[in-house]
Amino acid sequence: MLPRPLRQLALFMGLAVLVCAQEKPLAITGAQIIPIAGDPIAHGVLLVQHGKILAVGSANTVKIPAGADVLDATGQVLMPGLIDSHSHIGAGSGGDGSNPIQPDARVLDSLDVRDASIQKARAGGITAVNVMPGSGHLISGQTLYLKLREARTIDDLLIKLPDGSNAGGLKMANGTNSIKAAPFPGTRAKSAALVREEYIKAQEYRDKVRRANGDPEKMPPRDLALEELVEVLDGKRIVQNHTHRHDDILTVIRLSKEFGFKVVLHHVSEGWKVADEIAAAHVACSVIIVDSPGGKLETRDADWRTPAILEKAGVLVGFHTDDPICDSRRFLRTPALAVRAGMTRKGALEGVTIANAKIIGLEDRIGSLEPGKDADFILLSGDPLSIYTHVEQTWVEGRKVFDLSRPQDHLYAAGGVGAGDSRRAQLCCFTSAWDLIAAANGANQ
Amino acid sequence: MKTPARLPLLLALLVAPFVLRAENLAVTGGTVYTMAGAPLKNGVVLIRDGKIEAVGPADTVKIPAGYRVLHAVVVTPGLIDAHATVGLSGLLNQPQDQDMLEKSSPMQPDLRAIDAYNAKDELVAWVRSFGVTTVNTGHAPAALISGQTMIVKTFGRTADEDVVNPAATTSVTLGRNGLANDGSPGSAAKPPGTRSKAVAMLRDELIKTQEYAKKRAGKDEAKRPGRDLRYETLLRAFDGTQPLLVTVNRQQDIISALRLAREFKLQIILDGCADAQLVLAEIKASGFPVIIHPTMQRSYEDMENLSVETAGKLHAAGIPIALQSSYEGYVPKTRVVLLEAGVAAANGLGFEPALASITIDAAKLLRIADRVGSLEKGKDADLALYDGDPFEYTSHCVGTLVEGQVFADGPR
Repeated sequence: MLPRPLRQLALFMGLAVLVCAQEKPLAITGAQIIPIAGDPIAHGVLLVQHGKILAVGSANTVKIPAGADVLDATGQVLMPGLIDSHSHIGAGSGGDGSNPIQPDARVLDSLDVRDASIQKARAGGITAVNVMPGSGHLISGQTLYLKLREARTIDDLLIKLPDGSNAGGLKMANGTNSIKAAPFPGTRAKSAALVREEYIKAQEYRDKVRRANGDPEKMPPRDLALEELVEVLDGKRIVQNHTHRHDDILTVIRLSKEFGFKVVLHHVSEGWKVADEIAAAHVACSVIIVDSPGGKLETRDADWRTPAILEKAGVLVGFHTDDPICDSRRFLRTPALAVRAGMTRKGALEGVTIANAKIIGLEDRIGSLEPGKDADFILLSGDPLSIYTHVEQTWVEGRKVFDLSRPQDHLYAAGGVGAGDSRRAQLCCFTSAWDLIAAANGANQ
Repeated sequence: MKTPARLPLLLALLVAPFVLRAENLAVTGGTVYTMAGAPLKNGVVLIRDGKIEAVGPADTVKIPAGYRVLHAVVVTPGLIDAHATVGLSGLLNQPQDQDMLEKSSPMQPDLRAIDAYNAKDELVAWVRSFGVTTVNTGHAPAALISGQTMIVKTFGRTADEDVVNPAATTSVTLGRNGLANDGSPGSAAKPPGTRSKAVAMLRDELIKTQEYAKKRAGKDEAKRPGRDLRYETLLRAFDGTQPLLVTVNRQQDIISALRLAREFKLQIILDGCADAQLVLAEIKASGFPVIIHPTMQRSYEDMENLSVETAGKLHAAGIPIALQSSYEGYVPKTRVVLLEAGVAAANGLGFEPALASITIDAAKLLRIADRVGSLEKGKDADLALYDGDPFEYTSHCVGTLVEGQVFADGPR
């Protein structure tokens, strides 16, 4: 081993090389590029620097600067990093069992960024994700839109908005998941009544704040829950609403119209029954496809054709894993099954990229390969919708975060000893889908 | 009275042949995977009276006049799901359609699947729409001995009409899922709380079974004990006619299962085996086959080490395997073996072994290869028709034949 000063020097030089390397542009060449913005490019070049895309195009249109690093991706398929608009990776939580409405609870304060599920999501090609609290509440808390960069703490994953706040939505739910013993609602009508009551309070709170016009004497006492709902009323935070049955879907639309908030419908198992109504309301859908219908009464009529039917009706359709309901590592299966059931290939690929970027309001930064956007991309061994295709590399903001050829990354991709989830806490109150699965499968305690 | 009563009878006699007897069919395929020899290019399968009449290349098998012709890009044997709960664990997941787990006692080998199987549950038709024609289904792996499984065709008529083997295996679970899972009021017997206790209870039950057998064979008829359905069932694991289907995922539980099998000279089938890669040599040496966990099963608790590559590694080691849909308590309420096998195919198992794991290898493992699992003359006319590579996400199953009866509810 080197003497300590030399070791420090070596470390310093290593870092210096790393920093310099970051400054150099990187050209990924030879791959078939699916930019999402525009037609596929047979032998394309993607040029990135400082975490952003400089250029994308065919080999004869993109000039590779002298001194650029070159990654030969001949034979691979390159496309934007996948965006998952509804996930529970990171073993997070939201509200507890005390109350059905907890907009003050933040998933931010609960995530374990070292949980295996996060590395597994990278293995699935996911570069951005909406991590949500569960569906056991009418309002279960604030969600986070994350970038799956290498992370030591949650701060490393956050997406900062221009005002310095963290990008995220508000998780709401209706239907049976949030119906249970008091103080939770016992019926659908009560569920809607409680939500309306809360948004009216938020309107009054907002009005008081406006009237105070900065005068501390006139300001109402701070209310963390109402503050969040005011962000929703102001359109700063999108409501991400769990909903299955067609009548529940219409209830969400009715409430969003009454209070004027932006909403995305999640799961929408019976969306196919009210596709025209969803389209007329200009509401986007984030759809899940699971292996069989049922498992609960509300998903009895779940249909793989839902994405195709919604697409045809003119609805913006994104997809989600709801991990652990679907495995992040097989996220590309969802658009593929949507194609199997009639969706266009274009719409399906957009559903895991640009449509989801719009669903979380970040379409200016992510979701397609265009100059100026974040350098989030994946390298695949073949067609994105083939079962035989593997995600070989995942890059976030110009840095590689997953490489199938590294043994540790391969372990997360395939599973095996050491890829497990034993750090996951047992949570109460259906705050996570894991609780539902564990309880339903008869697991102990 | 006489005449009106006769009329329906007469009508029934007229209609019966068309309803009951499957039509004569010729299924032609761009590629026919017979699973008995190399795949056939431009193959033909002739079907008469629900059985396979002939199989071969189009230039050697002539299609007789009057045979209805069905064509598909790819034809395979009807798929076999080696371990499921469909028909007992219903689509709605409401108390009225959940019969896969009786919680009144931790060991109930006397529970028969045939007394609960709902052939009309929509999930039976669901798996059939992907090409599944045979399932080994029954009590869920969620109690020490949860009950029996049956092998049944996916016609969707009644349990009695569709059954292939009413008592195929007895479901035993070691590890966390076999422990106290209960909490239901009125529980008669206490379930085990630890792994050691579970095995102790099981050994005790097996010893009692042996003693029962001895007493039943006693010379003095008056001293023979009365029939005991539980011991009768377990005895069939001793003579091998109804093996124990032992669900084990942790390596120590796999080893416990093998230890039990040795102690009592039992016929067992290993099931699940998430940790299989850690004890591959022991599994191989035991000679027992493995119904591997669903490739896409969630990795948590006892299954946290599962891998999409396990199936491939077991196969490479020469261990007989089959794939399964297993049991899901929530969403999805059932998995589909076609989709599970596809992921195995793409992750080390390869196309033909993956197809074998849900056709001929599953049939051999379940001892029904004389009737199903491959396309051979004399076997049941169970076929699956696809418009492309069956494992590709974007391919469709365009028809499923169960004993010559065509089911095609639109492409799936």
